[in-house]
Amino acid sequence: MADVNRGNRPLSPHLQIYRPQITSISSILTRITGNAILVAALLIVWWFLAAASSAEYFAVANGVLTSWFGDLVLVLSLWGLWYHTLAGIRHLIWDQAKMLELETAEKLGWAVIGGSAVMTVLTILVI
Amino acid sequence: MRYLTDRKRVIGLGSAKSGTEHHWSMTLSSYALLILIPMFLLTFGPMLGASYEEVTSYFARPFPAIVAALTIAVSFMHFKNGVQALIEDYVHGPMEKFLIIAMICLSYAAAATGIFAVAKLAL
Repeated sequence: MADVNRGNRPLSPHLQIYRPQITSISSILTRITGNAILVAALLIVWWFLAAASSAEYFAVANGVLTSWFGDLVLVLSLWGLWYHTLAGIRHLIWDQAKMLELETAEKLGWAVIGGSAVMTVLTILVI
Repeated sequence: MRYLTDRKRVIGLGSAKSGTEHHWSMTLSSYALLILIPMFLLTFGPMLGASYEEVTSYFARPFPAIVAALTIAVSFMHFKNGVQALIEDYVHGPMEKFLIIAMICLSYAAAATGIFAVAKLAL
């Protein structure tokens, strides 16, 4: 195969010319939430390390996690965790080649967004 | 006529060569986390904001300690593979390899730190 036109081919349409759809937005959010909750995960590991070290160190870590900023990070992460969990369930369903019809997939997208908000509020109320 | 099945004709001719292992590990850890995350939220949640004495005695109990250690271990292995897919999609060249290595090291370090801390609290 002669490849005389390397690097000079027409480009396929870029992301920004597509109309945002619930399927694409909910997919991108899955990736963002999954990776962003790293921050909360590291904070929680630090909290455990502090608790295992000494009462003074625990007071520092616990102070950071229960400050208004800590609350903000953890509540946002809690939503991110539920969003990623529900979107993950959606992927496990899709892996079975089920509910892939466009209309069903769009409904699932809204279910994930709505469900994650409900689960976040429920979790805060329960714990 | 050669007696070859369709599968035999195409096997090994794809561009990817591997990837099944990655997908399987994500599937497996997803199912595990579906069980672990609610249990972790219900055990860790009430302890956030509790006193030092309450926290140390609570995580000295088997169930909260085992749930915490398992959740930390499985989440960071899930993150390790997940963030690798993210980096492979958006970063190319030497930085791609560097970031993947850095994130794998971070994942193992965080998992080890978390398990060590929980074990020390529990024992």
